[in-house]
Amino acid sequence: MSDNTVINLLRKRLPAQCLLYEPEDLRPYECDALSAYRRLPLIVVLPETPDQVRVVLQTCAELRVPVVARGAGTGLSGGALPLTDGILLSLARFNRILDIDVENRTARVQPGVTNLSISKAAEPLGLYYAPDPSSQIACSIGGNVAENAGGVHCLKYGLTVHNIQKLEILTIEGESLTIGGESLDSPGYDLLALMTGSEGLLGVITEVTVRLLAKPETAQVVLAAFESVESAAAAVTAIIASGIIPAGLELLDNPAIRAVERYVHTGYPEDAAAILLCELDGTREDVETQIERARAVFTQAGAVELRVSRNEAERQRFWAGRKAAFPAMGRLSPDYYCMDGTIPRRHLAKVLAEIGLLSAAYSLPVCNVFHAGDGNLHPLILYDANQPGELERTEEMGGKILELCVAVGGTITGEHGVGLEKINQMCVQFNSDELAQFHAVKQAFDPHGLLNPGKAIPTLHRCAEFGALHVHHGQLPHPELERF
Amino acid sequence: MQPLIDSFIETLRDAGSRGTPLFIRGGGSKAFYGRTVPAAELPMGDYAGVIEYSPTELVVSARAGTPLTTLEAVLAQENQMLAFEPPHFGPGATLGGTIACGLSGPRRPYAGAVRDHVLGITCLNGSGRQLRFGGQVMKNVAGYDISRTLTGSLGTLAVLLDITLKVLPRPETELTLRQEATASEAIALLNRWAGLPLPLSAGCYHDGALTLRLSGFEQGVKAAADKIGGDPLPDGATFWADLREQRLAFFDDPRPLWRLSVAPAAPPLSQEDDCLIDWGGAQRWVKSGRPAATLRQRAADKGGHATLFRNGDGNEVFHPLPAPLLALHRRLKHSFDPAGILNPGRMYREL
Repeated sequence: MSDNTVINLLRKRLPAQCLLYEPEDLRPYECDALSAYRRLPLIVVLPETPDQVRVVLQTCAELRVPVVARGAGTGLSGGALPLTDGILLSLARFNRILDIDVENRTARVQPGVTNLSISKAAEPLGLYYAPDPSSQIACSIGGNVAENAGGVHCLKYGLTVHNIQKLEILTIEGESLTIGGESLDSPGYDLLALMTGSEGLLGVITEVTVRLLAKPETAQVVLAAFESVESAAAAVTAIIASGIIPAGLELLDNPAIRAVERYVHTGYPEDAAAILLCELDGTREDVETQIERARAVFTQAGAVELRVSRNEAERQRFWAGRKAAFPAMGRLSPDYYCMDGTIPRRHLAKVLAEIGLLSAAYSLPVCNVFHAGDGNLHPLILYDANQPGELERTEEMGGKILELCVAVGGTITGEHGVGLEKINQMCVQFNSDELAQFHAVKQAFDPHGLLNPGKAIPTLHRCAEFGALHVHHGQLPHPELERF
Repeated sequence: MQPLIDSFIETLRDAGSRGTPLFIRGGGSKAFYGRTVPAAELPMGDYAGVIEYSPTELVVSARAGTPLTTLEAVLAQENQMLAFEPPHFGPGATLGGTIACGLSGPRRPYAGAVRDHVLGITCLNGSGRQLRFGGQVMKNVAGYDISRTLTGSLGTLAVLLDITLKVLPRPETELTLRQEATASEAIALLNRWAGLPLPLSAGCYHDGALTLRLSGFEQGVKAAADKIGGDPLPDGATFWADLREQRLAFFDDPRPLWRLSVAPAAPPLSQEDDCLIDWGGAQRWVKSGRPAATLRQRAADKGGHATLFRNGDGNEVFHPLPAPLLALHRRLKHSFDPAGILNPGRMYREL
C-alpha cells in the first residue's frame, strides 16, 4: 500500500476541508509542546463530526495505518508526536460545550474544548471544573483525559480521573462505546480509570462528561519563608500532620525565588532558602480556622516570615511569582530541562539535598519549584546547549534524578505523561512482566497496534537513557502559557 | 510472606495447567455479593498485616487479607480514616475483599469512591506473574491505571496482594441533621446543597425524613448547619454506620434488595416501590419482587444501572453490558487471566 492509497481513500471518504497533506500545511502539526522531537505525518485529518472520526479510524483499521490523536498539542511528553507513515487525527474542531446539567453538576463537552472554558461556562452557576493544569487556557479536555492531567490543586481535589464521569469513545474499528455513565459508577470493569491517562493508545475520545464542584466560598494563601530547604520540607509534613489538606502547597527554593523576583518583582523574600505557598479554601469559617492553624504550624516549623493574603488581589500576587517561575528560568539560562518525578513527601528534604549534590557534581545549576503537597517535583536544570557536551551531561543528570525518584518509592512522571519522552524510563519503573501485561491490555483494545504506537509503553527490548523537556533560549512552543 | 506468595503462585499455575477455576476468598463477608462461583477456594486470610503506614504521607499499605477492622483501628489511632467509608458486611471483612468488591459508603459522593483512593496494587495475574502497578504517591501517570481497573473487578482479573491507599484526616466535627421532606424535595435539596460551598459528607432519605451529615472544622459546620436547618440527630455516627452496614430496619426484609445507581438528581422511583435514597440521590436501595427487567429499565431511564444486591438467586446480578462492551470485557479478562481460572462467572457469566 502506498502513501497515496491512504490519502486517496480519505479524499474519497471525507470533505476536502477536513484534510491537510501538503508539507507546508503539515508543519504546524510536527510536534507538541515537547519540541525537541519533530516529525511530519503522512496526512492531518480534522474531522467535524463523530461520524467522520469513525471513518478515519475505520480507514486506519482497513489499511493498517497508524493514527495519533491530538488535542491542543500542549502536552509536554511528545504524546501527540506524529508518525511519518501515519495519520494525525486532530480533534480541534470538536470545541463545543454540549450541555451543563446544574442539578447533577456535570458538563458534557466535546474533546477539543479547553479546560478553562468549562470552568468559565460553569462560573455563573457557582460551579467549576477542578483540575487546573498550567496550560489550562489552551489545553483540551480530551488531552487532559488522555494524560490524566493534574495541576496545583490535586492534593485536595484529585486529578482528571477523579473528576470525570463518562466518556464516549471510538475503538480502532470505529465502534462507539460509552464508558461510565450519568451515575457515580457503572457495571463491569472500571474502564473510565483505564482510559484516563492511556495516552491515546486504547481509543479515541469523542465526548467527555466532567463533574463540576461548588466553587469554594473563599480562598487565602499563606506565604511562609524558611532559612533552610529542610525546614520548609519539614513544614510540608507538619501542615498535613495537623489535619489540614491545603488546596495547594507549593515550594520554591532560593535559586527559584531569586529568578522569579528578578522577573516579576512579586515581593518574595529573596534571602529565604525556601518559601511555601499554602492555599486554603472552603467556607469563610473553615478558612479562618485553617489559616490560624497554618500560622502556628509554620511558626513551629521555623518559618522566619509569614504573610497571609488579605484580599483576592493579594492572593493573585502571591501566586504570580509561582506562575512566572518557568519563564523566569528562561531568562536566567539559555536552556532548561524540566523533570516531573513524584516522591513520597517524607523524602523531600533528602531528595532535594541529593539533587543539590548532583547539581554540584555536574556543575549544572538547578532550580526547584514544585507541587510540594503532592511530592511532585519539577527540578529545572539550567544549561547551555551551545556548550559541547552540556546537553548530554544534563540528560544524564536528569536521569539520575528520576532514578532517585523511583528509588525512594516514587514515579518517573507525576503529571506530564510518558509519551515518547520517558518511554525508556518506563523500563526502570516496570519489569518485563508488568510491561507484558500493559501490552496485553493494549491488545485487548487495539489488536494491530494502530493507536499511537511507540508511545507510553516501551517494547520489551527498548531500554536506554532518559529524555526530558528541552527548552532552547526560552522558546517553548506555547510561550504564552504559564508553566508550573 | 514470600513463601505464602509462592504457594499462591503454585496454586495458580497448577489451576491454570489443569483449567480448574479458583474462588478467591478473604473473610467471606461479601460472599453474598455477585454471582455464585462453584470452585476451589483460594484463601487469602493468612496474607495479612499493615506493611507501611506513614500518617503524614496520608498513605497506608497493607496486605489483602488484613481485616478491615484492624486497618481502620490503626488509622483511627492517628486520627485518620478511609474516606470512602467502606461497608464491612460482617466481622471478617478484609481489605482485599473491600477493594475487589469496590463498595463505598455514605461519604462516597463527597469524598470519592474506593477506586479514587487506590494508589497502587501488587497482584498476581492468572498466569501467576507477580505484578506491581501504581505506587505510594498521589500523582502517578506512568503506565495504564491498572490498580484502579482492578478495583471492583471482583477478583476476575488478578489476585490482590498488597494495596496502597490514600487516607484522610478524620473530620474534627461531624453533625447529623434531620428534617421532614418528601422524596422529591429531598432529592432537590440534596443536589442544590451539593452545588453550594457547604461541608456535606452524607445525605440520605427514607420515609419522610431527610438526613444529612456535615463534616469539617467546628465553626464551618456550625455555620453550614444554620444555613441548612433541621434537627440534630443525637447519635448520628451510629445512624450512618447502620446505613452503611445495612442494619437499618429498612434492610431487614426477605425481598430482593436492588441497588440502583442513578444520576443524583433523577426524580424518585414510582410510589409503589419501597426505596431508601443514599449518596445524595445517586444510590437508591429498592426492595422489590418485580421482574429484573423492570428494575433495570428504571435505572437505565435515570442514566444508571441496577444490581441485584441481596436475596437474589445468585444468577444475574449485575446490569447486562452492551455486546461490544462485553466483548471488550472478555478480551481484557483474557489479557489478565488467559486460562479463565480467577473467579470465573463471579461478575458476569461470560467473564
